[in-house]
Amino acid sequence: MKSKTLFDKIWDSHVVRSIEDGPDVLYIDRHYIHEVTSPQAFNGLKERGIPVFRPGKTIATADHNIPTKNQHLPILDELSRNQVERLSENCRKYGIELFGLNHPKNGIVHVIGPELGYTLPGMIIVCGDSHTSTHGAFGTIAFGIGTSEVEMVLAAQCVLQPKPKKMRITLDGELHKGVTSKDIIMYIISEISASGATGYFVEYCGSAIRSLSMEGRMTICNMSIEMGARGGLIAPDETTFDYLKKIQAIPGIDDLKSSINEWKKLRSDTDAVFDRDLKFDAGLIKPMITYGTNPGMGMAIDDSIPLSDENGNNASSSFLKSLDYMGFKPGMKLLGHPVDFVFLGSCTNGRIEDFRAFAQVIKGRKKAENITALIVPGSKKVEEQLAAEGLTELYKSAGFEVRQPGCSSCLAMNEDKIPRGKYAVSTSNRNFEGRQGPGSRTLLASPLTAAAAAITGRITDPRDFINENQKVKK
Amino acid sequence: MPKVKFDILESTCVPLPYENVDTDQIIPARFLSATSRQGFGDNLFRDWRYAKTGEKNNEFILNNPDFSGKILVAGKNFGSGSSREHAVWAIFDYGFKAVVSSFFADIFMNNALNNGLLPIVISDDLLKKLTTLVQNNPNTKVKIDLEKQTFTILSTGDSVKFAINPYKKECLLKGLDDIDFLLSIKSLITGFENNKCLTK
Repeated sequence: MKSKTLFDKIWDSHVVRSIEDGPDVLYIDRHYIHEVTSPQAFNGLKERGIPVFRPGKTIATADHNIPTKNQHLPILDELSRNQVERLSENCRKYGIELFGLNHPKNGIVHVIGPELGYTLPGMIIVCGDSHTSTHGAFGTIAFGIGTSEVEMVLAAQCVLQPKPKKMRITLDGELHKGVTSKDIIMYIISEISASGATGYFVEYCGSAIRSLSMEGRMTICNMSIEMGARGGLIAPDETTFDYLKKIQAIPGIDDLKSSINEWKKLRSDTDAVFDRDLKFDAGLIKPMITYGTNPGMGMAIDDSIPLSDENGNNASSSFLKSLDYMGFKPGMKLLGHPVDFVFLGSCTNGRIEDFRAFAQVIKGRKKAENITALIVPGSKKVEEQLAAEGLTELYKSAGFEVRQPGCSSCLAMNEDKIPRGKYAVSTSNRNFEGRQGPGSRTLLASPLTAAAAAITGRITDPRDFINENQKVKK
Repeated sequence: MPKVKFDILESTCVPLPYENVDTDQIIPARFLSATSRQGFGDNLFRDWRYAKTGEKNNEFILNNPDFSGKILVAGKNFGSGSSREHAVWAIFDYGFKAVVSSFFADIFMNNALNNGLLPIVISDDLLKKLTTLVQNNPNTKVKIDLEKQTFTILSTGDSVKFAINPYKKECLLKGLDDIDFLLSIKSLITGFENNKCLTK
């Protein structure tokens, strides 16, 4: 039998039918929906007069536009309120389980899916959100889809997809102190650019990837889309199974032990061929920060902004337009540059380990006067865990207020907007123009780097705050 | 999903020669709160089209009366970022029927094809040539023939074949839609579920 990659194995086992010269009809195991990209899909079903084909395979949450304060009160913005209400109505009408606003299990879709045990190895998972790639951390094919495709899944539990090419990214070597999974993925994206993996599905391998926790792996897979990849996945191993064993009840799984034995087979054959093979050395990675307006425009925090773009075009209008938007110049150093906002949260870095990492830096210190901090857990469960571990108190005594869960300032659909011209060190995933509010200037970084900036009020190397003996989340 | 037909399009073009134009620029997140597909064209490229004070930014190409047409000539890696289909709805609602670039983001490409907005990939060199031609002469016309898969700059005669998935081509030529297709193979889907479904 021909050798196969893990990606091929999962994909091929989900093909209902291959259309000649066309896409594959892929069966979807789990479908996650939220308030922003689903209403038009439900409208489509209504116009056709058809039901949801398999309502038990879709779960819903409200996360994108909800406020992160006073969630018990009605949402002030009328359009957002309407969207959240429409989601509730649609879920009721079609029999879909909803972890909506104020539900004890509410949270960002890519945080609660894994937390509640819906995301499992070997599955194909889709959601009308590009960061669906997050779930690849479990050895899952997971990718973002548009609303027309959401409608397809609701109508027939399938999508039509051309099969992407396969890329392997191997990361071996030891990570230095102060370097986290966020820095790893930002480093890789800066090396291959924001479009370097377009057309591919990535498998991450190597000892440095294996050493990461599930939270760390989710951060890596989450940002696969930021280099253009449809998704990224990591073969399941003991770390994956230990994470799953801690979940109280996994929906649809009665005998976890026998499932784990099946999942152990989920790996690429040793001689499987990838269309593209890249290798990186973990020892070369430093804490990273972005300086431009796409995630490929990143550098080591103590570096200088390059003089030209990745193609060597110093006069490239796109490159200069980007720096101009940020208020930066080619060749400039960013260390010491004043910052106005710090955002900890999002589907990239809104999990408990991210909050623990941030806490290590702020512990016993005070937030800088000039910093407005948005500290937003990824889910109710993370919020509870913060309280249980005494971290809510720790944040408070350092001058930080922990908010209620949601996507918040990552895309600023709610009130958590960064004002025009202000600089925000953000643990989120996109530094696009205006992403965090019209005119906002985003500097992407890890929770450690965000915490260091929150304490000093400036762009600061987080390694200054971490001593050798301290254990840091990878 | 809407059923849109596409066969032959002859039109002038609007040049937008920036690389990595992401879907947040095409339609900012704060305009995603609607629950229908209509009306997004008003906010297409909102933060480039309007100054912070709310007035039109006369320097932006969509506000330049010299340029109009149904074809958007974009830069490399167009449509990256968020999967929001609203980006395609906004471009289509504004009046564009085709987008030309040397490289599109994957999800944007799928979304465009699912809404009858034709994404056409041409070489970097031809894209550069076309952009310059259009910038120098806004009356430059392009002809797109989907059946023949040809893309022609009428004034120069430059003509290339463009690629499109044969299934999607058929759908666009006939105005068919993926959901009709999926509903027609439902027994096959049920059969799949009975045999090898992971989660029953």
